[in-house]
Amino acid sequence: MRKQIEGSRAIAEAVARCRPQVVPAYPITPQTHIVEAIGAMAKDGSLPGCQFITVESEFGAMSAAIGASAAGSRAYTATASQGLLYMAEALFNAAGLGLPVVMTVANRAIGAPINIWNDHSDSMSQRDCGWIQLYAKDNQAAADLHVIAFALAEELSVPVMVCVDGFVLTHAFEPIDLPSPEQVDTFLPPYHPRQFLDPADPVSIGAMVGPEAYTEVRYLSNYQLGQAADVFPTLARRYGAGVGRTVRAVESYRTDGAETVIVALGSVSGTAQELVDELAADVGVLTLTMFRPFPYAEVRAALAGARRVVVLERSFSPGAGGVVSADVRTALMGSSAQISTVIAGLGGRAVSKASLRQMLADLDAGRLGAMTFLDLRRDAVEREITRLHRSRDTGPHALSVLRESGVPASRIG
Amino acid sequence: MPAQAVKFYQVGSRAVGNRLLDERLRSEQANPQRGNALNSGHRACQGCGEALGARYVVDAALRATDGKLVAVNATGCLEVFSTPYPESSWQLPWLHSLFANAPAVASGVAAALKAQGREDLRVLAQGGDGGTVDIGFACLSGMFERNDDVFYVCYDNEAYMNTGVQRSGSTPPYARTATTEAVGPEPGAPIGKGKDVPRIAMAHEIPYVATATVAELHDLEAKVERAMSLHGARYLHVLVPCPLGWGSAPADTIKLARLAQRSGLFPVFEAEHGEVTATLPIRDRVPVEEYLRPQRRYAHLFGDPPRTDLLERIQHIADRNVARYGLDRS
Amino acid sequence: MTAAELLSVAAFLDGREAQAFPSFGSERMGAPVMAFCRVDDRPIRVREPVTEPDAVVVQDATLLHHVELFAGLAPEGYVLINSAHSWTDLGLDELRDRHRTERLVTLPASDIAREHTGRPLPNTSLLGGLAALTGVVTIGSVEQALRDRFHGAVAEGNVAAARAAYRQTHGVVHA
Repeated sequence: MRKQIEGSRAIAEAVARCRPQVVPAYPITPQTHIVEAIGAMAKDGSLPGCQFITVESEFGAMSAAIGASAAGSRAYTATASQGLLYMAEALFNAAGLGLPVVMTVANRAIGAPINIWNDHSDSMSQRDCGWIQLYAKDNQAAADLHVIAFALAEELSVPVMVCVDGFVLTHAFEPIDLPSPEQVDTFLPPYHPRQFLDPADPVSIGAMVGPEAYTEVRYLSNYQLGQAADVFPTLARRYGAGVGRTVRAVESYRTDGAETVIVALGSVSGTAQELVDELAADVGVLTLTMFRPFPYAEVRAALAGARRVVVLERSFSPGAGGVVSADVRTALMGSSAQISTVIAGLGGRAVSKASLRQMLADLDAGRLGAMTFLDLRRDAVEREITRLHRSRDTGPHALSVLRESGVPASRIG
Repeated sequence: MPAQAVKFYQVGSRAVGNRLLDERLRSEQANPQRGNALNSGHRACQGCGEALGARYVVDAALRATDGKLVAVNATGCLEVFSTPYPESSWQLPWLHSLFANAPAVASGVAAALKAQGREDLRVLAQGGDGGTVDIGFACLSGMFERNDDVFYVCYDNEAYMNTGVQRSGSTPPYARTATTEAVGPEPGAPIGKGKDVPRIAMAHEIPYVATATVAELHDLEAKVERAMSLHGARYLHVLVPCPLGWGSAPADTIKLARLAQRSGLFPVFEAEHGEVTATLPIRDRVPVEEYLRPQRRYAHLFGDPPRTDLLERIQHIADRNVARYGLDRS
Repeated sequence: MTAAELLSVAAFLDGREAQAFPSFGSERMGAPVMAFCRVDDRPIRVREPVTEPDAVVVQDATLLHHVELFAGLAPEGYVLINSAHSWTDLGLDELRDRHRTERLVTLPASDIAREHTGRPLPNTSLLGGLAALTGVVTIGSVEQALRDRFHGAVAEGNVAAARAAYRQTHGVVHA
């Protein structure tokens, strides 16, 4: 049923319809509305059979989810930013043990400097933890992806994180068509674990594995993760047949015949799509919903005709460059396309249509280098760099840059 | 010939597998049908107190729960020596996740079983002192304050043994470890630091807290049984000597555990909801020196001249424990 | 739920597409907050703050000269300010030079709210006023949105406040 609701609320309701049995919860902005909503449902009886636990930290949350999943229950939690990092050890553990936990990551920047606003640095920092990573381009996708995520995780015994832009999506009210409880029940059967703790058939889970077998175990985990490239589309199609809309691992918008294609993840792709509709030139947008496993074949195929590719990233690898760009380059190995990395929207700085339009103009004029920070306040950073070279007693640089910003209340974004 | 009643002094004693005892009073270890949860073939050191303690505890827990038990283990000696891939010693469902999260994982298991309506299945969490007192402490306290239905057992050998004997929050004063070497004016671990986790557990007012050693098997098993008869968060802290880390003879493990209790350095008691309910009295008290001498981790206290000043401070700790718990019945 | 969110629900009930979101700051009582709402007949895909508003609603008039509230306002734009004072008394005559006078309105929304709900929370009255001023949503949908969000006497009080504000603004605009 189509409703005008907050993104967090839609996610909570979609997750609730998946009948999670154990939900450990720890608050962190901006995911908190999600776990609060689920907590309320668990408490007032509208989510029967769900144990909602307020844990002592995000590490505790993922640990409890690991225990619950190993004991044969469907487990879910949500976090962001610092919380995701705090459970980093447990992320690798859950993936390594093959436990189908589903988690929402309300994408938020990582400190220092502390910042509560949206970018992708949190989930990108964990791209190697062995989880499947899906990025929602809007709240409709966010709701649908969570339902698909449970089926995907349980089919492959690989945990799944659904990344949803913090604030920008989680706190936005927009029309969302939630799948009905019947539709979800039809699509998602009760959890049937591949392994679980059962006195009738005892197993030891989590043994130490030495050099003689570790490589093979890791190879097999990677194989399972890679299977998502086939299983996700199959599940998305089956889900789509029930609800009338299909999420794609890779979504092409006006890329046919486009000379230039913008590659993006998450909500910024909506802004990019609006922009390309207004342009005279042939520019397309390629939205990646699946980031891990990386859909190399689909990306290569979608970008086959593009002469110029702009990878719009909301995080970067310090000392190296773009994160998504690296994977895109691998996908386009052998191609002569010019690939530009544009780092945009860090720490919640809004990515506007106007800025993207300027970015394309810069591309046309040859002003876009290999890696560009969109909307960088060049004067502020140049002043600071000069200061750094002049004296050792610089004080915290965050303070210096902010001093240049003027009255905070008068600025938007 | 006239019949004469003979008093068997062994009856009611703490002798293991005593054939004169009524079957119901015998220890689980005397039962040929025991769970043998920690099967032979594991790779523990000769004389390992933790292997002994874990076998005692888990077998007793299996008996108390009629085999309906799931175990969650922290990283540490016990986890490492019991599961040398591809083998496992464990004869019950067993899960090892990380070093710091055994209590939280166990909470998750308990929640799952509750969600599945399978609360007949009970949860045991276990870890060494490192995983309980230090790195696992936040998760432990969380499990306690939520009163999750988990029985947590800490096997305390008073240092991070698996990684080569480093100081933990459980390392007693003046004990030598690799990070508190027996050098300098105050050799060994510093005094005035460390955590008394049983008392911290009591401060959480959970249904059951107890301490025990591997020297008193009946006592240990009885405590496990008591714990499994209750629900909610329960904690058992077991002293398990480590021949390697303590520098003691493998054959002395049980003897040392008994001496620790008899000296007063390791008070043995039970508490419920924050109040002490029972203590194991010391019938034949020994000075701390008798307990410390056989351990090379204290060798620097017995040099030439001996560090009587430091021994006095340790004795003071023992005296304080005895007074606090009213242990001296000699 | 903020006024922007309620506005988006009302627009949805009118059969239109709407997107509402706060300007994201740490939640703190007494601090100035801003919220945005887009209404369209096509699905809304952009995700950026509104920098060129068609309408600005000011719930707290004390912010008027401390924060740049009207930057980017379209020349044909609307302004609705919660205040019992006149435009001149608020020191905003300058705005009249750049925009259409009949689209710049003050409304004693807090007073109307207090009268109908017992609490001086101007959100729902302002919504009624906005409906009258701009027609971006119908008053019927505003009322329905309020009834979906609140219940019983609270809902009816808010509905009454919105309706009263609607009538009052309608009277001012079409005077």
